[in-house]
Amino acid sequence: MKNSKFSLLLVLTLVLSLFLSACSGSSDKKNNNSGSKTAKAPEQVLNVLESAEIPTMDSVMAQDVMSFTMLNAVNDGLYRLDQNNNVIPAVADGMPVPNADKTVYTIKLKKDTKWSNGDPVTAHDFVFAWQRAIDPKTASPYGPYYMEDKIKNATEIANGKMKPSELGIKAVDDYTLEVTLVKPLPYFESYITFQLFYPEDQKYVESQGKDYAKDAAHVLYNGPFTMTKWDGPQGTEWTLAKNDNYWDAKDVSLKTINFNVSKDPQASANAFEAGQADITPKLAQKAIISQYQGSKSLVQYMEPTVWWLKMNEKNPALKNSDIRHAIALSIDKQALVDNVLANGSKVADYIVAKDFTSLNGKDFREDSNKFLQTDKKKAQEYWKKGLAELGKKDLSISYVGQDTDTAKLTDAFIKDQLEKNLPGIKINIESVPFSVRLDREDKQQYDLLMGGWGPDYQDPMTFMDLWASDSQQQHMSYVNPKVDALIKQAGNELAAKPDERWKALQDAEKIILEDDAAIAPLYQRSVNLLIAPKVKGFVHHPVGADYSLQWIKITNDK
Amino acid sequence: MLKYILQRTIYMIITLFIVVSLTFFLMKLIPGTPFSNAGKLSHDQLQIMIDKYGLNQPIPVQYFHYVVNMAKGDMGISFQFNNTPVSKLIALRIGPSAVLGFQAMVVGSLLGIILGVLSALRQNTWVDYGSTLIAVAGKSIPSFIFAGLMQYYIAVKLGWLPVMFWRGPEYTVLPTIALAMFPISIAARFMRTEMIEVLGSDYITLAKAKGASFYEISVKHALRNALIPVITVMGPLAVSLMTGSLVIERIFGIPGLGEQFVKAIVVNDYPVIMGTNILFAFLFVVIILVVDILYGVIDPRIRISGGKS
Repeated sequence: MKNSKFSLLLVLTLVLSLFLSACSGSSDKKNNNSGSKTAKAPEQVLNVLESAEIPTMDSVMAQDVMSFTMLNAVNDGLYRLDQNNNVIPAVADGMPVPNADKTVYTIKLKKDTKWSNGDPVTAHDFVFAWQRAIDPKTASPYGPYYMEDKIKNATEIANGKMKPSELGIKAVDDYTLEVTLVKPLPYFESYITFQLFYPEDQKYVESQGKDYAKDAAHVLYNGPFTMTKWDGPQGTEWTLAKNDNYWDAKDVSLKTINFNVSKDPQASANAFEAGQADITPKLAQKAIISQYQGSKSLVQYMEPTVWWLKMNEKNPALKNSDIRHAIALSIDKQALVDNVLANGSKVADYIVAKDFTSLNGKDFREDSNKFLQTDKKKAQEYWKKGLAELGKKDLSISYVGQDTDTAKLTDAFIKDQLEKNLPGIKINIESVPFSVRLDREDKQQYDLLMGGWGPDYQDPMTFMDLWASDSQQQHMSYVNPKVDALIKQAGNELAAKPDERWKALQDAEKIILEDDAAIAPLYQRSVNLLIAPKVKGFVHHPVGADYSLQWIKITNDK
Repeated sequence: MLKYILQRTIYMIITLFIVVSLTFFLMKLIPGTPFSNAGKLSHDQLQIMIDKYGLNQPIPVQYFHYVVNMAKGDMGISFQFNNTPVSKLIALRIGPSAVLGFQAMVVGSLLGIILGVLSALRQNTWVDYGSTLIAVAGKSIPSFIFAGLMQYYIAVKLGWLPVMFWRGPEYTVLPTIALAMFPISIAARFMRTEMIEVLGSDYITLAKAKGASFYEISVKHALRNALIPVITVMGPLAVSLMTGSLVIERIFGIPGLGEQFVKAIVVNDYPVIMGTNILFAFLFVVIILVVDILYGVIDPRIRISGGKS
């Protein structure tokens, strides 16, 4: 007996040593090449991990954060967001000049910016790109969405009733643009920092035809960096190099940025530990984040993405405002962010994200109240009242959530909360892939749906116009004429009166949540990533590109 | 023999056609669109995209187009990767998957066969128990745990090998071992059972009686016969290894097919799903044919040309 146990141990040891010897054969200290710890000036090379490939480098066809972020690094639009997310001129020479009613803007361009093939960047490049983005033949995923009802004639062109050349953008001369809007846009400046509005060299794009943007050699660059290696959309490694011809090249320190795709969060953290990476992708798993609590490398900040439960009013029970209040009030959001998510996310008792927009230095959230704060007692009162009104004793409710690990945990927690606090409710969770969730939402085949919203431009309106009855993204059959009126006001007559406009939007938010409980806001997401302490000057943005790397310096810090 | 191969090739084409059709119709049952920003678009805006990509046509029409294009060798273009041809996507991704799968297969079969033979020859000794233990562990420990542990201890803590990526031979060591665990255990288990059975058969006793050496008996007579069932299992296993493992590719940051295939399914990238699936099916039927031919090489008793027809 004893003998066989001993031999088992022996075998185990043998196996282990077999593996280890198999490994030790090749290259001992070959990795760990980054992060030399000498006192001399550090090499300005950055190694970044990303969780996705770049689907496209054609600014007009981009529809995802990864593409936006890379376009922001290698191209330059009229304006860009600076280290404090203020709008600063890029290719434009100075801020846009509006006419009296703020519907026509004139923008002067710098005269000495160049494409990487030597062509000058002119006003015509912007006109070409914008027209291409709205042309239905291009089928740009973001073009119509972004321009309709904002840029003059965009809607008509997208619907095939006008020609792309009739879009409200015109090159007055080689270095002067004139943009005509449908109505004043209070957020016009930040709006046109979006990557969709970047210039494209017509001659080049047309000469490349189908090959345009197929890899690093088939794109033109005019930004802080150029792309020196990229095999195309399926490539998992790519390299950027400093663009010495960039108009602001003196403020760019990095010489080279190496990107690699790593989709497994723990593996990314391992690569970071071993010095193979200086910046990891966003890490959402609490198991990983907890390993780095208190570490200098862990960078945590609030993202302007708010998650909420949508309540479909096609279901008669959810048409009842008391039932909706009961659901919204009964979920312990603090426990959700502290124990379930545990990644720094914050309780949201609101619609418009915090740390997202400010007016005269004041955050939109600062003087707004909190609404629908967790209150189980009140929830139960609403619940009894609501059931009585419906003449029911119990309710069976479908709940559509996503099929990721984090989503499943969150959904199970919410089910538990609702069933514990609201006697007689039965929640049936369906965990589905993202594209299916969108489909169910679009067809309004759900009762409760866990959804989130990230902003498209830096203005509270991007969160608020969802709730107007004519919104194409609401999918809840929620109608409140008061809300409609306020949102319409904010979009039209108050456009030039910022203070009153914000007041109107804040009033609308209050009605949607406090009076109607149309949705149940849950939390605002927090971003966690690891950045090596030697990397200084990482800047993240609330809209468009995720971050900018052009102000990064590598120091000797450890 | 030639006639047999020809016959099998016709069956293969029919099989592939059925696979193409089934995949196509199953795929159309998945709700949702392949457009990642569909949640933000209005109905009109979405319709522009749907029209542009021909997704508004009746399904039979789409099916017809697909089969015709397929026959011409055109697998279509990817949605998620801005209109990159599927053939290009697959061509670029299959290399790492195939190299990794091949290495894992070679390491796995060799180690597995050795372990299996050893434990059969030394039945009910510690050698036997040890190799059974490895086989059970290899089959029951999920590869992500094994890969994760190796990555952490061997690459991060000891620094002997790179943590991830695909840049040279040393980058393939850890993923190969992680991926080889499964074939090791399968080969070892089958090999042991078969060897024990063969060693107990009459002709081995005869060989022993005739005074054949231990080496001659175990390698020349027993091993050869015991290999047949092992090859039957290992053939298809080789295909699944060489077409990419989602888990191993994710953990070691390898640009392979497995990860791309799963992502395509999640985001409804129809052409990529179809293209990859057809490739898998094709490799599968080819390997099965190869295995059948190998039978004859190893065991003259089941040589095909003689028996049937």
